[in-house]
Amino acid sequence: MGRRDMADIISTVEFNHTGELLATGDKGGRVVIFQREPESKNAPHSQGEYDVYSTFQSHEPEFDYLKSLEIEEKINKIKWLPQQNAAHSLLSTNDKTIKLWKITERDKRPEGYNLKDEEGKLKDLSTVTSLQVPVLKPMDLMVEVSPRRIFANGHTYHINSISVNSDCETYMSADDLRINLWHLAITDRSFNIVDIKPANMEDLTEVITASEFHPHHCNLFVYSSSKGSLRLCDMRAAALCDKHSKLFEEPEDPSNRSFFSEIISSVSDVKFSHSGRYMLTRDYLTVKVWDLNMEARPIETYQVHDYLRSKLCSLYENDCIFDKFECAWNGSDSVIMTGAYNNFFRMFDRNTKRDVTLEASRESSKPRAVLKPRRVCVGGKRRRDDISVDSLDFTKKILHTAWHPAENIIAIAATNNLYIFQDKVNSDMH
Amino acid sequence: MLSKGLKRKREEEEEKEPLAVDAWWLDPGHASVAQAPPAVASSSLFDLSVLKLHHSLQQSEPDLRHLVLVVNTLRRIQASMAPAAALPPVPSPPAAPSVADNLLASSDAALSASMASLLEDLSHIEGLSQAPQPLADEGPPGRGIGGAAPSLGALDLLGPATGCLLDDGLEGLFEDIDTSMYDNELWASEGLKPGPEDGPGKEEAPELDEAELDYLMDVLVGTQALERPPGPGR
Repeated sequence: MGRRDMADIISTVEFNHTGELLATGDKGGRVVIFQREPESKNAPHSQGEYDVYSTFQSHEPEFDYLKSLEIEEKINKIKWLPQQNAAHSLLSTNDKTIKLWKITERDKRPEGYNLKDEEGKLKDLSTVTSLQVPVLKPMDLMVEVSPRRIFANGHTYHINSISVNSDCETYMSADDLRINLWHLAITDRSFNIVDIKPANMEDLTEVITASEFHPHHCNLFVYSSSKGSLRLCDMRAAALCDKHSKLFEEPEDPSNRSFFSEIISSVSDVKFSHSGRYMLTRDYLTVKVWDLNMEARPIETYQVHDYLRSKLCSLYENDCIFDKFECAWNGSDSVIMTGAYNNFFRMFDRNTKRDVTLEASRESSKPRAVLKPRRVCVGGKRRRDDISVDSLDFTKKILHTAWHPAENIIAIAATNNLYIFQDKVNSDMH
Repeated sequence: MLSKGLKRKREEEEEKEPLAVDAWWLDPGHASVAQAPPAVASSSLFDLSVLKLHHSLQQSEPDLRHLVLVVNTLRRIQASMAPAAALPPVPSPPAAPSVADNLLASSDAALSASMASLLEDLSHIEGLSQAPQPLADEGPPGRGIGGAAPSLGALDLLGPATGCLLDDGLEGLFEDIDTSMYDNELWASEGLKPGPEDGPGKEEAPELDEAELDYLMDVLVGTQALERPPGPGR
């Protein structure tokens, strides 16, 4: 794969709060925003499709001269701000720098200037004999994107998450060892709210893997660790939230113990439910639902690909065991979704307890086609279209997925392809 | 002898690295495919982990999560392995390039010391980075940084240089400065502090006169406070 191809690998996917816009970030530092077309009156049964709305270069590769290191331009995360006026705003971040982008539309332009001609050149004043009032004429829609803030120099380590507070004024950014709180209007300082860096680096045994603000309580946030724990913190309790309010941790299952227990327990993503009552976490083999009121264990655990449990050594050898998968809730918090290998992704219905495996690939995704459920067989009886564990393609990983906030529309990033599925997801569960 | 043998084995392992995943899990007899609760890890799993650690540390900016997980796994494997009574313990933490050799030959304590020194090196690299500690805000929580934070919160400044240099304390700042550049040729010529400038030192010695040498000897024995020595311009 050449460098140009690598640049197209999608590294993050995020719907905005209405679902009208969908942003993707890639390894080359670009952001592409898709907009849902209004439903056509001519074909009322076909829901609006997503078309490219804007593309811009968010981050460029930088060189840290002090460390002789190149800072990757890869976009790690995008988070939309709630819309407060006609413009849209989003935060995008690479390993070190967060940027606030403003996206505005221009569909009119003034015509009939007195001093300038149509091309903008100054008129010869002797030719101006009367004054006119410029009028606004419609023009082709132009989407303009401009960087409004650059939040730099806040992180020594690599940023893994950003999250906008429900107060719409602040946001947090988390790296491996620290979490900072920023005000959206202030770029030259941030407030450190979590610091787990030990006094002696030799004592380092745990890093921060993800973090998120509570959707409704502006003082609460959660962060996950490489040891599989979740810490819920209250910013009202102390300025430096090194002491958690609640610690969510499931005791290790002695029957499943292996040398890789810690690695597979490392949480790669954490998401609050829309209701704010639950948290969803993803570790290497499972997704878990946690009740904020119960710290001892998750209330639900779903196996994503348990057939990999006996292959952990191989997956350790080829580093796949370190892959970081994301997870997502649907709008009503009744279905959860996460990606897997072989371009498969999984959905779990919390109410019916049914689950489905689907594939994001060109062959199986003709427009208007219904996705066919897939099955991985682990030996024993094999059905016709089953895939055997040993045939799974581990280079095809679905790490990034997103669910429309209200409707059954999902966005799946499969390496450098984006799939948007608008089918009904409750059928075909088995 | 033993380490040489292990070196060869590691080279083989390195060649094997790009091997397809199939080769491992199609071999159910392989000891490291742990389906039962782990008893003693095979040495190949240990070797693999050491290789990963080595590879991770060779990166200009290691992935901290990957590094920490590999180190923790290595510690687990190390702990489960039968104590290697036959292997002599290595007394001091080795330099980074030869760490893999020493890790294999050393006892548990030396392993910890090695990893400690490597992680300490890592922290110094990070400490010299551009990014400073973030500054306390006068925002809602309304207090300065301090308390449990191990860094110098109150002295944080906006500039990248000053903030980051103080990150790990002043000792960290000076630890990797090569002090041999301050070695005085005079000392070298006296045979007091043989350094890398042994050659130039010896060449310059004939230029010094006896008065200078006497003066320096006096300083050494403390009979005279060190004043700026007269002598050939340097």
